[in-house]
Amino acid sequence: MIGDVFDFEKPITEVENLIQELKSPQRREEALHEGIDLSAKIAELEEELHRVMVRVYKNLSPWEKTQLARHKDRPYSLDYIRLIFDDFFELNGDRLAANDEAIVGGPAILENRPVMVIGQQKGRDIKERQRRNFGSAHAEGFRKALRLARLAERFHMPLITLVDTAGAAADLHAEEFGVSEAIAHNLREFSLLKTPIIVTIIGEGGSGGALGLAIGDHVSMLEHSIYSVISPEGCAAILWHDKSRASDAAKSLCLTASNAHSLGVIDDILPEPLGGAHRDPVTMAETIKTSLLTSLNKLDSFPSVDILIETRYQRLRRMGEYVEQTPSEEESNDG
Amino acid sequence: MVRSGWFSRKPTGNKSSTDIPAGIVTKCQRCNEILFVRDFERNSKVCTKCGFHHKLSAYERIEITVDEGSFQPLNEDIISRDPLNFIEYPAKLEKARTNTKLSEAIVTGTAFIDNKPVVIGVSDFGYMGGSMGSVVGERISRAMEYGLAHRLPVILFTASGGARMQEGLLSLMQMAKTSSSAGKLREAGILFVCVLTDPTTGGVYASYACLGDVILAEPGAIVGFAGRRVGNQDTGVNLPDDFQTSEFQAEHGMVDRILPRKEMRTALALLLKLFDGGRHNDR
Repeated sequence: MIGDVFDFEKPITEVENLIQELKSPQRREEALHEGIDLSAKIAELEEELHRVMVRVYKNLSPWEKTQLARHKDRPYSLDYIRLIFDDFFELNGDRLAANDEAIVGGPAILENRPVMVIGQQKGRDIKERQRRNFGSAHAEGFRKALRLARLAERFHMPLITLVDTAGAAADLHAEEFGVSEAIAHNLREFSLLKTPIIVTIIGEGGSGGALGLAIGDHVSMLEHSIYSVISPEGCAAILWHDKSRASDAAKSLCLTASNAHSLGVIDDILPEPLGGAHRDPVTMAETIKTSLLTSLNKLDSFPSVDILIETRYQRLRRMGEYVEQTPSEEESNDG
Repeated sequence: MVRSGWFSRKPTGNKSSTDIPAGIVTKCQRCNEILFVRDFERNSKVCTKCGFHHKLSAYERIEITVDEGSFQPLNEDIISRDPLNFIEYPAKLEKARTNTKLSEAIVTGTAFIDNKPVVIGVSDFGYMGGSMGSVVGERISRAMEYGLAHRLPVILFTASGGARMQEGLLSLMQMAKTSSSAGKLREAGILFVCVLTDPTTGGVYASYACLGDVILAEPGAIVGFAGRRVGNQDTGVNLPDDFQTSEFQAEHGMVDRILPRKEMRTALALLLKLFDGGRHNDR
C-alpha cells in the first residue's frame, strides 16, 4: 500500500512486503539460477496474508475503524457515483449565494431509473481538498442539497444521499451564513420530503454536518464507516482535556456501524471488501448498488407518499432510550 | 449600536478579593458590580448596572413568563438511562438531579400567557449544561405533539450547550426527531416560537432552536454553531467581538428580535394575539 500505514495494518504490510520481494525480478532470476521454485512459497504467503487480513479487519477497534473511515484512499462520493450510476449530470449552486463544492449532486440513472444523488465530497489532493473544504459543508452546501431534494420531489425521483464528512464547517463564514439554520432546515424538510430517501454512510458520519444529509427512509452504513455525535478527538478534549485519548473516546462514543445498528439508528450494514473499501472500490460499489436497488424496491411498495412520510416520522420518533415511570409500572423504551 | 467589548466575558476568577456576605449581596458576572440580592432577584437576575442577563433556572423562567399558577407539567416521568454505559454518566445525572431538583434538562408543560393557552418548554442550563439526550428530545417531541393534538401554540426557551455527548448517536438523533416534530407543527398551521437564551449552541441551535416561526432572543446570549475557539483555530481569522452572540445572529438574519427579559412575556402575549391564538383553524 502506498503512503501512511496505520499500526493495525503493520502485520499485513509485513507479509505483503515479503510477497513483493519474492515476486521481484531480481529474486526470480536468483531462484531460476539456483533452480528453486518460489511459487509454492508465494502461494503459502498469500494464504498467510489472507489469514492475517481476516484476523485484523474482523477485530478492528472503534478508533482503528475511525482511522479507516478517514483513510485517504477511501472511495469518496464521486468515486461511487461514477461506479454505481450512469449519466450523472452535476448541478451546482444554492440559488442564494454560492456553490459549495463540499457537497455534490445531480440527477443520474440507477439501473434505467432516474434518481437524484447528493453526496459529501472530501477531495483527493491538497488543492481539491481546499476547494471542497475537506468535505465540511457551509450553509450553501446544505441549501444546495435541499434545492436538489426539492427538484427530486417535483419530478418524483427517489433521493439517494452519500454521507462522508468530519462535520459541517465551523468558521466565521459558516456562522455568518447560518450553517445551523441550514442544517436544521434540512432536518425538517427532508423529514417531510414527498419522495423516498435512501441514505448511505460511506466514510465519516460526523455530527450535525452528516445528519444534514442523513434523514431518510432507509439508512445503511458501510462496515468500516463511523457515525458520531462528536469526533473522538473532540470528545477526548472535553472529557480528559487530552486529544491523544481519542482512542478511548471512540470506544465510549459507540460510533461503529454495529453500534449504530444495535442502537436502532441504522437499518443495515454493508460488508466491505477484505481490508476496506479502498482495496476494492468496484466490489464495494456493487454492494452499495445492490443495496440501493433492494431498498428502492421496498420503498416503492408503500401504498402512498403520506404513509411513506408518516413511516419516516415514526422511524425518527423511535430514536432514543429512556425509562418511563408510571405510578403503577416501570416500562422501558428501547427505541 | 453598542458592540465591542459589550459581550465579551471577563474572567470571574478573583473571588477572594471581596468577602461577600452570602444571601444579601451578589456580584454581576460581567461588570463585577456588587448588587443587593433583593434588587437582583426583583430585576429577574438582570444586572441593574450593566444590564447583563444572568442565567435563569427553568422554574424561574416559567414564573416570570406565564400567568401565575397556570403551569401544568407534562412528561416529567420520562427519565434518562445510560444506553452506552458512558463513563461517569449515571453519577453526572445524579448530581444534576440533586443540584437542580429537576428530573431532566428541560421542563415542559401547558400554561396560559395573558389568558391564552400554550404549550411551553424551558431548558435548564444547570442540568448538564442543558444538553439534549433522549429524554430532552422525547419531551420536546411530545410537547410539540401535544400542541398538535390540542391545537396549541408551542413556545420553547432554549439554554443548551448542544447534544449530550454521553448518549452518543442517540443524542444526535434527537436533533432529527425534534426537527421533524417541528415540521408537523408547521404543516398543521400551529405557531412555534423559540426564545434563545444564554447559551444556545451546537446540536440544539442546529435543530429545533433554529426552526421557530418566530425566533426571539435575550441580549448578549451566546448563540452559535461550534465554539468560538473552534472557529479561531480552524481559520486563523480574527473573529468579531460579538461572534456567536444573539446580536451577531440577529445581524445575520437568524433572529427576529432581541428583547430584554422584562419585555419577553409581553412580547409573547402580543404574538399570540397577532397570530390569533397561534393556530389557524381552516384545516
